Amino acid sequence: MTTQADAYAVRRSPRRPGGATLQVGVAVLWLSLIVLLPLAAIVWTSAEGGWGAFWSAVTSPSALASFRVTLTISIGVTLVNVVFGLLIAWVLVRDEFPLKRVVDAIIDLPFALPTIVASLVLLSLYGPGSPVGIHIQHTAWGVALALAFVTLPFVVRAVQPVLLELDREVEEAAASLGANNLTIFLRVILPALAPALLSGAGLAFSRAIGEFGSIVLIGGAIPGETEVSSQWIRTLIENDDRVGAAAISIVLLLISFVVLFILRYFGARAAKREESAR
Amino acid sequence: MTLSRPAQLILRLIAALYVIALLVVPLGAILWRALAPGVGDFFASISTPAAQSALQLSLLVVAIVVPLNVIFGVPTAIVLARRKFRGKNALQAAIDLPFAVSPVVIGVALIVLWGSAGLFGFVQNSWGLKIIFGFPGIVLASLFVTIPFVIREVEPVLHEVGTDQEEAAATLGANWWQTFWRITLPSIRWGLTYGVVLTVARTLGEFGAVLMVSSNLPGQSQTLTLLVHDRYTLGNPYGAYTISVVLMAVALIVLVAQIVFDAQRSRVKTED
Amino acid sequence: MPSVPKTVTARTSTKRASALTALALSTTLLAACAGGASDVVGEGNVADADTTLTLVAYAVPEPGWSKIAPAFAGTEEGKGVGVTASYGASGDQSRGVESGKPADVVNFSVEPDITRLVKAGLVDEDWNAGAQKGVPFGSVVTFAVREGNPKDIRDWNDLLKPGVEVITPSPLSSGSAKWNLLAPYAAKSNGGRDHAAGIAYVQELVSQHVKLRPGSGREATDVFRQGTGDVLLAYENEALHYDLEHVNPPQTFKIENPVAVVNTSKHLDKATEFVNFQYTPEAQKVWAEAGFRPVDPAIAEEFAEKFPAPEKLWTVTDLGGWSKVDPQLFDKDNGEITKIYKQATG
Repeated sequence: MTTQADAYAVRRSPRRPGGATLQVGVAVLWLSLIVLLPLAAIVWTSAEGGWGAFWSAVTSPSALASFRVTLTISIGVTLVNVVFGLLIAWVLVRDEFPLKRVVDAIIDLPFALPTIVASLVLLSLYGPGSPVGIHIQHTAWGVALALAFVTLPFVVRAVQPVLLELDREVEEAAASLGANNLTIFLRVILPALAPALLSGAGLAFSRAIGEFGSIVLIGGAIPGETEVSSQWIRTLIENDDRVGAAAISIVLLLISFVVLFILRYFGARAAKREESAR
Repeated sequence: MTLSRPAQLILRLIAALYVIALLVVPLGAILWRALAPGVGDFFASISTPAAQSALQLSLLVVAIVVPLNVIFGVPTAIVLARRKFRGKNALQAAIDLPFAVSPVVIGVALIVLWGSAGLFGFVQNSWGLKIIFGFPGIVLASLFVTIPFVIREVEPVLHEVGTDQEEAAATLGANWWQTFWRITLPSIRWGLTYGVVLTVARTLGEFGAVLMVSSNLPGQSQTLTLLVHDRYTLGNPYGAYTISVVLMAVALIVLVAQIVFDAQRSRVKTED
Repeated sequence: MPSVPKTVTARTSTKRASALTALALSTTLLAACAGGASDVVGEGNVADADTTLTLVAYAVPEPGWSKIAPAFAGTEEGKGVGVTASYGASGDQSRGVESGKPADVVNFSVEPDITRLVKAGLVDEDWNAGAQKGVPFGSVVTFAVREGNPKDIRDWNDLLKPGVEVITPSPLSSGSAKWNLLAPYAAKSNGGRDHAAGIAYVQELVSQHVKLRPGSGREATDVFRQGTGDVLLAYENEALHYDLEHVNPPQTFKIENPVAVVNTSKHLDKATEFVNFQYTPEAQKVWAEAGFRPVDPAIAEEFAEKFPAPEKLWTVTDLGGWSKVDPQLFDKDNGEITKIYKQATG
């Protein structure tokens, strides 16, 4: 019995022989078929017409206008949501008030709501026939509002857990040394939250530049004013310009990846600095 | 850092105003507009033949997407949580990709891959199997956007739970299937459930990608979200509001599920 | 101490099993409820069609088709036939059908969108061999203006007045756009004889007075109705449908909207009957009542007041036919008007 138990104990946890390679293989195959292959097809198609076709598609007046609109509004909305996201996370973590749980849950609503419903929701209130007299359909403000709606949760949810874990002792020490609230915030809290803020901002920005469903009704696709790149891509594909659509898509993907990468890098550096400072 | 009372109140006010103006009021407006004409009108609007077909189609897509995501997602999560292997970081990054891709780009990707003029165009042209403008296209688009959910919800749970129970089962003589079914699966049931809930919500709510790959024929290839869009653009805003309320109900279920799941996880943590 | 609480797992499994059964039951119940193409409240499962024809049409003829379909169902040939329709920009819809979008009957704004399908082998070459050349109804290009016509827009030159914003869709996707630009081109070039003058007008119009790029005729109408622009170039039937104040310019263009059967249809005979039905007096009357100019001379006579004859009505034939003007003016890359458009709006 002892020898049998020993033998079983020596044997590793129950796994099928050669299980790891098979499981990894299946996982890779699954992801490839569903995610990687289509993305590879975009890269391939964008190169179909050679560098010339790619370049002319990406630098056409409409494409450039759409990039300008997309980037300016997205950057603006991200910055606003960083500020408000931090504020809301603060209130949710450091404050107590009735219905706090409800508010906390509501924050995730834009995650769970279909984007087309978000567009309709905002339009019903801030479009024609608005009960509060605000009519921003077909304006950049309308687009900004829609993007703010869908990206609100990112910063809040990124900051909340970090804020929760924050070591109050450092703040108290700083206070006992005579620092006022503003100094404590700027010198102690903000640096500690920087990685989370950057991460949340990156996710929010990434989502904003690709957003389509929530702006399709409220934006109006006015070239140079409210037409964002996702709408221009759709127009291209409807006009059967597959190469052009693929090219603009690649640019959007690249912007997304680069921004996420940069923000992750700075976030990691900030995190390291925080750790070494301790 | 303790804030003075006025400062605290001001922060609360600003946060509340932002959340109210951005989230609460618009949602309330839709609810009001959809229900104000009366419950009878509401039900009539969500039970037209086209609406019923849209519901059936959306549910059918869910019925395919969820099992596939569970069958492939759970093993993937297990292998990510328990094993080290070359290229693990790349796999992790690939799983997060759908979050960074615009729905329109997903549509374009599927069209340039499976469309009649696409790289795998032979599937439609030679085999007669329509992916784009057919049901498989909607399924593929939905799979693309929902791949991360089950994996990302199950993996951390696996980390937390650890392998103690599984190893104990091994010493007691259980084979890998018994261990999986009796030990692993029950241990991840909350993460898995929440992952499934997220998958269902996301599938029902997918719009941009499906708009591009579907033939959008009422009664045949319109999902609930496509129906909302169609009704609004064809001059039936009330009809769009009513279906939106149905979709909002689904979103609320997700939120409730999240609260339950979070409570469950903190309970499990304190129990240990 | 790790233990496998069998009772717990058993309980959760039975709970999960019952939850799954409930879900499955409700789903089957829902699936049992009939669906359908109709989105009209209250219609329910009343009209269960034996055959459903799929109609892929351009953006604006819904007011007509929604009345034609039941009229057809009331005839001997049309008994038990339902129609599911998809509306969108003519060019996009045509390209969709070419790429595999399911269709039994197609109705586009301009003939080239049918020709594309003939080339793809989806429509028979003799689709327009009939007396009416495959066109059962049409319209004219009109100016839809604001109430009271504050900017006093009556003719093509008025569109070029400073500060006038003109709403017209993009010719890359919309059929309406092509009609809207062919009309001034024909007028200014005297039927194509003075090509340069025609192009010069279009150049000035598009570069100075057109800022938006709606994808279809219907989208253009929506944009105009929502408050943008001073004048909308549109089909007369759109202006009539939305009760927009409109002015027919003295020289305008005859819009002819073709209908054809898709030869890969699974209901070829019903589809053909449906298309043939459009030319019967009964159907022609329905089209006229919906605001579309009928092609049957007797019915046209009956509705002469509703559809005033313009001073000069240019046609595509005057310009040499679609096979000449479509490549020359509207080719995707080299069309002269396409190039003007791309430069102006991108």
